[in-house]
Amino acid sequence: MHNVVCIKQVPDSAQIRVHPVTNTIMRQGVPTIINPYDLFALEAALELRDKFGGEITVVTMGPPSAEDSLRKALTFGAERAVLLTDRCFAGADTLATTYALATAIRKIGKDYGQPDLIFTGKQTIDGDTAQVGPGIAKRLQVMQLTYVVKIGALDLTARTIEAERRSEGGVQVLRTRLPCLITMLEATNQIRRGAMADALRAARAPIVKWSAQDAGVEDISKCGLKGSPTVVKRVFAPSARADKATLVEPSEEPAQALIDTIFKHQPKLEADLAALAGNV
Amino acid sequence: MTNVIKAPASSAAGRAAAKKELPEHFRAYKHVWVFVEQERGEVHPVSWELMGAGRRLADKLKVDLAAVVIGPEGEAARNAALQSFSYGANLVYLVADQVLADYRNEAYTKALTDLVNSYKPEILLLGATTLGRDLAGSVATTLLTGLTADCTELDVDSDGSLAATRPTFGGSLLCTIYTLNYRPQMATVRPRVMPMPECIARDPGRIILHSLDLIEADIVSKVLSFVPDRDSSISSLAYADVVVAGGLGLGSVENFELVRQLAAVLGAEHGCSRPLVQKGWVTSDRQIGQTGKTIRPKLYIAAGISGAIQHRVGVEGADLIIAINTDKNAPIFDFAHIGVVTDAVRLLPALAAAFQARLSPRLRDRVVSHDFRGAPQRRRGP
Ligand SMILES: Cc1cc2nc3c(=O)[nH]c(=O)nc-3n(C[C@H](O)[C@H](O)[C@H](O)COP(=O)(O)OP(=O)(O)OC[C@H]3O[C@@H](n4cnc5c(N)ncnc54)[C@H](O)[C@@H]3O)c2cc1C
Ligand SMILES: Nc1ncnc2c1ncn2[C@@H]1O[C@H](COP(=O)(O)O)[C@@H](O)[C@H]1O
Repeated sequence: MHNVVCIKQVPDSAQIRVHPVTNTIMRQGVPTIINPYDLFALEAALELRDKFGGEITVVTMGPPSAEDSLRKALTFGAERAVLLTDRCFAGADTLATTYALATAIRKIGKDYGQPDLIFTGKQTIDGDTAQVGPGIAKRLQVMQLTYVVKIGALDLTARTIEAERRSEGGVQVLRTRLPCLITMLEATNQIRRGAMADALRAARAPIVKWSAQDAGVEDISKCGLKGSPTVVKRVFAPSARADKATLVEPSEEPAQALIDTIFKHQPKLEADLAALAGNV
Repeated sequence: MTNVIKAPASSAAGRAAAKKELPEHFRAYKHVWVFVEQERGEVHPVSWELMGAGRRLADKLKVDLAAVVIGPEGEAARNAALQSFSYGANLVYLVADQVLADYRNEAYTKALTDLVNSYKPEILLLGATTLGRDLAGSVATTLLTGLTADCTELDVDSDGSLAATRPTFGGSLLCTIYTLNYRPQMATVRPRVMPMPECIARDPGRIILHSLDLIEADIVSKVLSFVPDRDSSISSLAYADVVVAGGLGLGSVENFELVRQLAAVLGAEHGCSRPLVQKGWVTSDRQIGQTGKTIRPKLYIAAGISGAIQHRVGVEGADLIIAINTDKNAPIFDFAHIGVVTDAVRLLPALAAAFQARLSPRLRDRVVSHDFRGAPQRRRGP
């Protein structure tokens, strides 16, 4: 089988700092990583390949430096990596991103075989919208299974797949048709330690690099900033609350003092709490 | 090439210059819509929260607020439609069909996009639930319009555009996003981010029926089964009146029991900061914050939590925030209402005892029963 996995290189946001005066992101020295959620998608694809054979193509849209994340994906065992990079993609919102990625995935299908499954992470840690997956599915006119916790029966002859997906209040089990786009939920698996052979191969493997034109983009006005219906007008730091917390003075009985302060602050709360506690 | 925004310093300035030039064919788009999410016969409360937000937008724009109810024919859909009026809707669009019994992307996407194309709203709001996000992404792509996810604030600016504010860069900053020249302007909001509006009995307004025009044979995906969550309290964390949470400052998984015990005394839900989930001390459904649950309790007690921005955004809607932390400079004291600078491991048991004595004197001499390995059972009823 042929599976395509969409990964994104993101700044390691745990290490992002905001400049206290200018409110701008201090990016210098912030390392980039593969979006952590995408590793669950990659591992799910790897497990299927181990079971059913075939290959995995990883694809990313990003600056030339995003090649690093593709090489990393190759060390885990993906067969092929496609880097979609072009100035005209810059500033893309989700709609423009899905246009570019869907176009590239069509081209991947033509060049390397039609994909059976397309994987994305649940969301990115920088964009954080969880929309790119459903958007790609819609653009490619394929079925979608989002928030998948477990992939069940897969029948490559009948072209069907069963999966369990998280929904509000429970897990929905669905059967649908291939090709299908899957967004994997986090913590559903753990990315493997790549084999030594893959690490060696990844270091030297050729990366397929496509410009918009190479990928088959027909309408450049649908890409990047131009193709983005959303516009960011303002970026600002969350405002601080004017008053700091009232500190409970140290005392012999701090618990008692705290409770007194709480009920002094909000007298109504006592009746509410008594009612709740009565149910214990 | 980030989604939504690039480095704010550079591109935000570039985009701020973008002009509103709404094409002629979008001028007919009017009114504010809220998608009323039902799953298995129940309306998700986030829909009513959105109705409150939608009402404010509609009033500012001087337009109608419509509820969109999509689901199987029957009592549940009818009730959802009637309730929508009580939460502030002026009219309801109803698509009721048996093939909509379970949520499936294909059928719901068709229902909602058909409605939009027929009745042309200028703003469309959905809950950022698993269902809402699955649906919103498909609908926005079908309509080729902008969608702003997980908004924390919705407003209308002077020229009538929707100003949708959301956290960005891991919550360190906020950005305000516009869909200037496409319609509808779509946005999702997570549960509990907006306050619940009052439910006031009103005479029902107009209900506009729209037929789906889809038969079961047309729908590729089939639902094989639905397995409801066993622990229903997981989903109630977001809606709990009282929440007690612990963070890394507790020092060990054993000490997290103290959080559970205080929660049990208060009839509260318990939660935690993200590192406790990463350490495997607590299950991920209990995480509070930007990548966990947003809560809005009357009382929130945070023990041994530093108050990082990603945690803060999930708890700011609480009426009263109590912080227990040994470090008087911890950021949590910047947004908590009441703070105690002390060792939470010692204060929590004392607090549990003192609350018990104060709240249920009748029970004073009774020991609260705990299952020290699992969450204490909450008993309801007579
Ligand atoms: C993209 C992204 C998303 C994130 N999402 C979330 C999220 O949804 N939710 C979340 O919570 N975090 C989230 N985080 C993590 C967040 O940035 C913080 O790292 C985390 O909230 C810190 O958890 P903590 O307060 O428990 O631990 P710490 O920051 O280590 O703080 C422990 C606190 O305990 C205090 N302390 C120590 N000993 C005691 C004692 N005996 N008694 C009382 N206090 C004591 C210390 O003074 C300190 O303030 C996210 C991070 C990123 C990058
Ligand atoms: N630039 C990109 N290149 C490749 N895949 C992407 C890109 N942006 C988003 N994705 C995929 O879409 C998923 C959801 O992203 P988002 O909608 O930004 O939260 C991610 O987990 C990735 O799998």
